[in-house]
Amino acid sequence: MPNNKGKCRLAGGEDWMASVAIRDVRKAFGATGVIHGVDVSIRDGEFVVLVGPSGCGKSTLLRMIAGLENITSGEIRIGERVVNNMPPKERDVAMVFQNYALYPHMTVANNMAFSMKLRGAPQSEIDARVKRAADILGLDPYLQRFPRQLSGGQRQRVAMGRAIVRDPQVFLFDEPLSNLDAKLRVQMRTEIKELHQRLKTTTIYVTHDQIEAMTMADKIVVMHDGLVEQIGAPLELYDKPQNIFVAGFIGSPAMNFIKGTLRANGKLEFEGPGGTKFPLTSAPKASNGRAAVYGVRPEHFHIDDDGAEAVIQVVEPTGSEIQVAAKIAGQEIIAVFRERHQFKPGDKIRLKPDPRLVHLFDEATGQRLNA
Amino acid sequence: MTDATLNNIKLAPREATTWQRLQVNRNWLGLWFMLPAAAFLILFLAYPLGLGVWISFTDARIGRGGDFVGLENYEWLWDDTVFWLSVFNTLLYTIVASAFKFAVGLYLALLLNQNLPFKAILRAVVLIPFIVPTVLSAIAFWWLFDSQFSIISWTLKKAGLISTNIDFLGDVWNARWSVIFANIWRGVPFVAITLLAGLQTVSPTLYEAATIDGANKWQIFRHVTYPLLTPIIAVVMTFSVLFTFTDFQLIWVLTRGGPVNATQLMATLSYQRAILGGHLGEGAAISTAMIPFLLAAILISWFGLQRRKWQQGENND
Repeated sequence: MPNNKGKCRLAGGEDWMASVAIRDVRKAFGATGVIHGVDVSIRDGEFVVLVGPSGCGKSTLLRMIAGLENITSGEIRIGERVVNNMPPKERDVAMVFQNYALYPHMTVANNMAFSMKLRGAPQSEIDARVKRAADILGLDPYLQRFPRQLSGGQRQRVAMGRAIVRDPQVFLFDEPLSNLDAKLRVQMRTEIKELHQRLKTTTIYVTHDQIEAMTMADKIVVMHDGLVEQIGAPLELYDKPQNIFVAGFIGSPAMNFIKGTLRANGKLEFEGPGGTKFPLTSAPKASNGRAAVYGVRPEHFHIDDDGAEAVIQVVEPTGSEIQVAAKIAGQEIIAVFRERHQFKPGDKIRLKPDPRLVHLFDEATGQRLNA
Repeated sequence: MTDATLNNIKLAPREATTWQRLQVNRNWLGLWFMLPAAAFLILFLAYPLGLGVWISFTDARIGRGGDFVGLENYEWLWDDTVFWLSVFNTLLYTIVASAFKFAVGLYLALLLNQNLPFKAILRAVVLIPFIVPTVLSAIAFWWLFDSQFSIISWTLKKAGLISTNIDFLGDVWNARWSVIFANIWRGVPFVAITLLAGLQTVSPTLYEAATIDGANKWQIFRHVTYPLLTPIIAVVMTFSVLFTFTDFQLIWVLTRGGPVNATQLMATLSYQRAILGGHLGEGAAISTAMIPFLLAAILISWFGLQRRKWQQGENND
């Protein structure tokens, strides 16, 4: 049941949603370009996470979608409408800020009702919507409190409540969990995901934390230096990173990178530092002697008599696993074992990567080489 | 056994003298630390104020200590039309000037809070009227308002808007508006810079949140900026009202209270009666009569300064 605003109502649902399309969007502050042509398509009801190191342009992109920054060139659509020159209030988006941006002089109820009051909505409707949002977020006991009287997690919930009350087409989250302590962050992560599953509103979420991205997203957009490095489902990025940047950014501890040469004469192999041989199952044709980077996730090493010799430097047991820093022919690598090996620094072990799970990248371009 | 050992090694306490006990008494020490400040306040604030109030109950003249005359000075003032005129002038001067200083100061502060080119220089320029010594700026205004050489009259005449010079300081109402204008000019920077400082404590994300919530510029000011600025407005306007109510220099240089006491303020009248007229008791009574007004202003600000409900509560950051 599409209406003139480009919203669509789901059969049997009461939620409004919209797709978002970002087409060759660029942003420059003066002569300094910060976003150099980004294309992202976001489906109705999708939870998309923009992730990248600080300064990669992810927050700027979000602010452009919100209408807080101008778009230098390109096009942003929300639903059917091009919103490039539309003021924020007409875009029908709600945003949750990193520092919550709650109005300190308004009670929780008034913070949530503010946008509707500005719109001149009838009091009964305002009350009903605030009540609904408070129910969803468990904020009922705090409605008459002021932001100062709330804990960080509660403030975060009020900020979300303010967004829910709006019943927008798109939720925008700008690093909403960065100001919370580690435990609360995990809890709020789950809450936000639950909220999305319940409301099914299109959500764009910015974070620099790849774990947040992996756990919450339907789709992750990895950004770096104002460009999109890869777009895909979390496990897709983990299993098949398209380039070294994504490979190194997604996953913790980070992927090990070993520089060396491809050997495709007879047996397909990768020759690392000191002539160490690593197994490979596939490589591009005619790549014998090609300089490449061999990537192994720490958890994909296992102990094998056939493996490369590694000297253990540091052993870090976390309880559920053991993280080991070791050196293979002078190059430091990290390996993680679920088994409780009794390692000591200085021990020599033989490590072999699972050849089906290794990644191969071109040394010059950083692009993925193997299937 | 431990107890026994302890008892053995415990020294018999010597009876401490009062002096020794005072040396380690925190309250006594605190009293000593407060003494310089207290001495300063008593010497330069409480004593002159007390003396002024006391003199207002005497018939003291310059060069002659007076006798206690009770409320006689006040009874005189009660029937004195010039005194009541000065009360009216002072209230008019204070209310009109403060209202304008607030409005213009707030406007300037909002303007300077924008991302303007040469922001730092503009902010410095705004402070100039505040930096120039009062007497100096008053002399400049004296020239501007001069009945013969006023550049304002000259300009208006050249523009063909008037045919004769405006008598800025010679006409009753012209004089009042002129001194009020000069006072506003001097007072605006203080209000503007202080409110600007207040504005800068408001997080920019609040404006962004309000923008996304659908507020226009006026609504953002009305519902976000202004409420968050009220505590600092209370402080700055209290000071502004106090300074304006007790103003002396500007009036004395520009008009000396004239014409026919049209710009006579309580402060200038007090000086005129006490020092120039020699009637210290009467002058002191006029000054003392300012206290209830000032007290009222302070009380209003005190209630305004009370921590608002939204500022209370634990900060759980």
